[in-house]
Amino acid sequence: MLRFLVRRTLQLIPTLGGLSILLFIWLQRLPGGPEYALLPDDATAEQRAQLRRSLGLDEPLTVQYLAFLRNILQGDLGTSIQTGRPVVEEFFTRFPATFELAITAMLMAIAVGIPLGYLAARRRGGVLDFAAVGGSLLGICTPVFFLAFILKVIFAERLGLFPSAFRLSPGLNRTDLSGFVVLDGLRTGELDVVWDALMHLALPGLALASIPLAVIVRMTRASVLEVLEEDYVRTADAKGLHRRTVRGRHVLRNAMLPVVTAIGLLTGSLFAGAVLTESVFAFPGVGSFVYGATQTRDYPVLTGFILLIATMYVFINLLVDISYSLLDPRVRAQ
Amino acid sequence: MPTTPSAHNPEGSPVPDAESAGTGGTALLGRKAAKIDRLAELMGPRDEGTHGAGIWRTAFSRLRRSPMAITGAIIVAGFVVVALFAPLLAPYAPTAQTWGDEVFPNQNIFVGPRAENWLGLDNLGRDQFSRMVIGARQTLLVGVVATLVGFGVGALLGGTAGAAATLGGRWGRTIDNAIMRVIDMMLALPTLLLAVTVAALIGPSLTTVMLAVGIAQVPIFARLLRGAMISQGNRDYVLAARALGVRKHKIALTHILPNSLGPVIVQSTLTLATAIIDAAALSYLGLGNPDPSFPEWGTMLADAQRFLSSAPQLAVYPALAIIVTALGFTLLGEAMREALDPKLRK
Amino acid sequence: MFTKTSRKPLALLASAASVALLATACAESERDPDADTSAPFVFGSAGDIKSLDPFLASDGETFRYSRQVFETLLEHESGGSDIVGGLAEDWEQSEDGTVWTFHLRDGVTFHDGDAMNAEAVCANFDRWHNLSGPWQSSNNSYYWQAIFGGFADNEDEGLPDSRFVSCEATDELTSVITISQYSSIFPGGFSLAAFGIMSPTTLEAIADAEITGEEGDYSLPEYTSVPGTVAGTGPFTIGEWNRDQAEITLDRFDDYWGDPAGFDTLILRAIPDETARRQALEAGDIHGYDLVAPADVEPLVEAGFQVPTRDVFNVLYLAFQQETNEDLGDIEVRQALAHAVNRQRIVDTILPAGGEVATQFHPDTLDGWSENVTTYDYDPDRARELLADADQEDLTLDFCYPTEVTRPYMPAPRDIFDVITADLEDVGITVEAKSYEWTEYIGRTNSGECSLYLLGWTGDYNDAYNFLGTWFSVKNDAWGMDEPELFEAMADASGNPDAEERIEAYKGLNEQIMEVLPGLPISSSPPSIAFAPNVNPPNVSPLTQENFSEGSWQED
Repeated sequence: MLRFLVRRTLQLIPTLGGLSILLFIWLQRLPGGPEYALLPDDATAEQRAQLRRSLGLDEPLTVQYLAFLRNILQGDLGTSIQTGRPVVEEFFTRFPATFELAITAMLMAIAVGIPLGYLAARRRGGVLDFAAVGGSLLGICTPVFFLAFILKVIFAERLGLFPSAFRLSPGLNRTDLSGFVVLDGLRTGELDVVWDALMHLALPGLALASIPLAVIVRMTRASVLEVLEEDYVRTADAKGLHRRTVRGRHVLRNAMLPVVTAIGLLTGSLFAGAVLTESVFAFPGVGSFVYGATQTRDYPVLTGFILLIATMYVFINLLVDISYSLLDPRVRAQ
Repeated sequence: MPTTPSAHNPEGSPVPDAESAGTGGTALLGRKAAKIDRLAELMGPRDEGTHGAGIWRTAFSRLRRSPMAITGAIIVAGFVVVALFAPLLAPYAPTAQTWGDEVFPNQNIFVGPRAENWLGLDNLGRDQFSRMVIGARQTLLVGVVATLVGFGVGALLGGTAGAAATLGGRWGRTIDNAIMRVIDMMLALPTLLLAVTVAALIGPSLTTVMLAVGIAQVPIFARLLRGAMISQGNRDYVLAARALGVRKHKIALTHILPNSLGPVIVQSTLTLATAIIDAAALSYLGLGNPDPSFPEWGTMLADAQRFLSSAPQLAVYPALAIIVTALGFTLLGEAMREALDPKLRK
Repeated sequence: MFTKTSRKPLALLASAASVALLATACAESERDPDADTSAPFVFGSAGDIKSLDPFLASDGETFRYSRQVFETLLEHESGGSDIVGGLAEDWEQSEDGTVWTFHLRDGVTFHDGDAMNAEAVCANFDRWHNLSGPWQSSNNSYYWQAIFGGFADNEDEGLPDSRFVSCEATDELTSVITISQYSSIFPGGFSLAAFGIMSPTTLEAIADAEITGEEGDYSLPEYTSVPGTVAGTGPFTIGEWNRDQAEITLDRFDDYWGDPAGFDTLILRAIPDETARRQALEAGDIHGYDLVAPADVEPLVEAGFQVPTRDVFNVLYLAFQQETNEDLGDIEVRQALAHAVNRQRIVDTILPAGGEVATQFHPDTLDGWSENVTTYDYDPDRARELLADADQEDLTLDFCYPTEVTRPYMPAPRDIFDVITADLEDVGITVEAKSYEWTEYIGRTNSGECSLYLLGWTGDYNDAYNFLGTWFSVKNDAWGMDEPELFEAMADASGNPDAEERIEAYKGLNEQIMEVLPGLPISSSPPSIAFAPNVNPPNVSPLTQENFSEGSWQED
């Protein structure tokens, strides 16, 4: 087990190294070079030359790459053009909001998606199956920002059931421990804060949930169908085991493995989707910040965001692998 | 029904060395990649010496009986016909503000459907129906060009990697490994994010949208083509051709690529749906086509959201068009995938 | 309970939904601010502020905040555009207009307890005048450079000599500011929010603050983002700036010298999207917002919201860059463009009620507006004729517009762009559309990269030079117009301390400009601001300089 862990962790190094090279090439390929993205368009040739020097762009590529790598390792992703503050700091302050939103969306998607997918598979070809599959295809094909907008118009603007913007009601007294509003509220016992935060999470969470929901429904359905065909399920059925035991012990548990994997895979899409939903709800997270960055061509923020998602992805990948090896010894032996 | 190598191993990789080219994280990537690889491999195991015409025929007859495929095909056909004949179908010029003095967006006075304007007027007094029709053309253009970009670059990368892996010995495997590491890294990033960064960096234009959406599809096509080539590369006819002394690149061009076509068509159909949705998202982010002379559904939708309370139809028409069209391509693509894949069909 | 319901997922869902519904009913009543007049007043702004120190800023959102916290020597009358005393109760200027004596208000204290006096005022001006290094970049001292030119020690040869000579505290409450040469930008310049007076303790604490980094990649010093260092004299003090929520909280300053603020707490919260701002107001999440879309005004009023309209104090124009595009150097082409555009339609269908077609480059609310300027009526036939005369039947022009932004003078830029484009194409001109994000747009249009572009101006203070001089005082890349006579006349007018003569000169200038036609003034329109029904709103200002301390909750 330990050897497996060490091997897996060591495998991260070439992956992250490859990623850093990709990002570096990316920066090199910016139209006109970074100095055009960084400087106002009316900058003089002299200013550009000066910036090139100060960014070390006149050094050999290898030196530049090493400097770039050193900066990343030191947690320096540059300065945001929008705000004039370090990108890492900007992400750090906004991350808890987006994290809470992503978790909310994922929980909603799991809570609805897995039962729905399971039922659809059990009653294959039935009305529920048709609705679940059709609905999830429809979900995939609906632009997320439009869905978010519709939800807001109906539930916030027309019905007034939920707030239409922000993460917390203004002027709410709360103790800030970590930036994670819900967690802080639970720890300090400020339940009004928790409630307020949950209300604010509801609509953006629902809109964002549409991305993983569709995938989870289809994944669960396909996976359950596959497991139902497996010999051991037939055997169990044939043995006359109680139906619920078969379902619970054999079918669901085995079918869940690929679904869990898919859930991990979807994290990246959630953060990308946050760019589209947070801005609709003026939800102050990484997503709306990156939305602003796309408008202002704030390229340190954009590259930082790619790095953040890719790194997160790689580590989640590692976690999933480890949990897999715990669940299934065969993976370790591979 | 012949058993495919992966039938009992949904998580495992059907292509022999797909995992070795992975990025170190197998489980997650495995899933997304496995789906592509599975598709890639579909043309493989069943062509026993023939050119696979039999599979095409059975797949087609299966498609004809699938309501999913028929619905998808009808939608797609309708969309393509409208897009191709748009200039003939559109009663007015899409940019002519002929009725500009009849709508007052600043006072919430809009004109709905009427005899001369079937879908009413937009916020600047242009014929909404004509804009929708011409918009279909733009949308198709974006989708097709983006898919071609994704396919072209993807085919180049994946084809090189696949050819190297199948035919090239140790050096070939090294090249294959190097390329696939990059591809898998790109595969790890959400397509929209890739598209957004591309678009944000080169500024908003129609070309940007097509390039951005296309580039985001590159890793998928690359992986697909590599997988297809590897699975084809081990077929008997390729071995036979090699034994007969046919040049390697000629084998790749004349035998392997044509036989990999099926998965590519399936993936292209699915990609068109993604392209249409991603293009809409880019428009919403303000990275769409700035030129008003070419109405495009994504831009129309993003632009009309501000009138959602007083003139919801302006947003609903393009939104419905996007959803239905994307749904059409998805249905058709999924149905084709199912028809080709014995495992998904029971 | 769980064992029972887990068999019926639908039942579980239903019960969860009903709990949620019940709970929302409770939350609804909690969010009603009626109950409590000490509730914070939340205003939806269009963007977050840039810096706690307004000197570094040039954007409206930073100034909206800083006007509540800092005060300037002179101010504008509440709800109007006339200059009145601010920290200076009254003031006088020498005959040649170079010596300005300010008699300061007695008994004014800073938020940190320091006394406001002549020395404190002069310390601020001396600090600005002596700034060095990156502070001298126009990114970090835009308004100082606009009003006073350069610094004590200019590090860039391109900077003009400083117009500021000295500030002397002749007694406890008298500051005398000497400038090298009179300009009509005074006294208006003394009212600019960028020149908010900070306390001596603050100045001491920030004396060594440095801006680091390179042009385009500056890092601002910590005091500009962390509350606690800067202190002004305004009706509100800085509570906290929550940058991750884009929200700044201001608390009432109880020792304020004037009428105390009507709200205990004022929160400015950024919602960049105009539709989202309206929805937030309707949903009760905010209690007011600025830059109301024209189409939203009527529905909001019908729903009981208050939407006071400001007086018109802006102009929107279509610029013709004569240097970038030589075709536009031809006066006939410019006249053709002017005749081609149906400005009345823009005013009637896109701009808010109360807007009107502009005949010259500043609104008629300013002295110096002339009735006798050359006008250019909408006449496509005449435009075609002029183009034919100029041999320009196949003219192609690039035309830029900004994306994702609305300005007080320009709601829906893209719609205005579309209308003008259709008009131009109607007379046979081919238009190449280009769009840029706002900051980039400003950069590109200012450096002359666009042949045609839309831009406008909201006045900073009540003098025509604030409009005309901004554009037409020297040859610049934004217009590419080279009219030495006009520039000279502009300098003469601006340097004339005699108010009446100056106004006559402005009228002449307006007539001259509309002859030359460097661009087409499109409209002047009143930007709207919205408030919740239960608020007594502050007086709305034509300069968009509302003083939120005037607002309060309505008593039940």
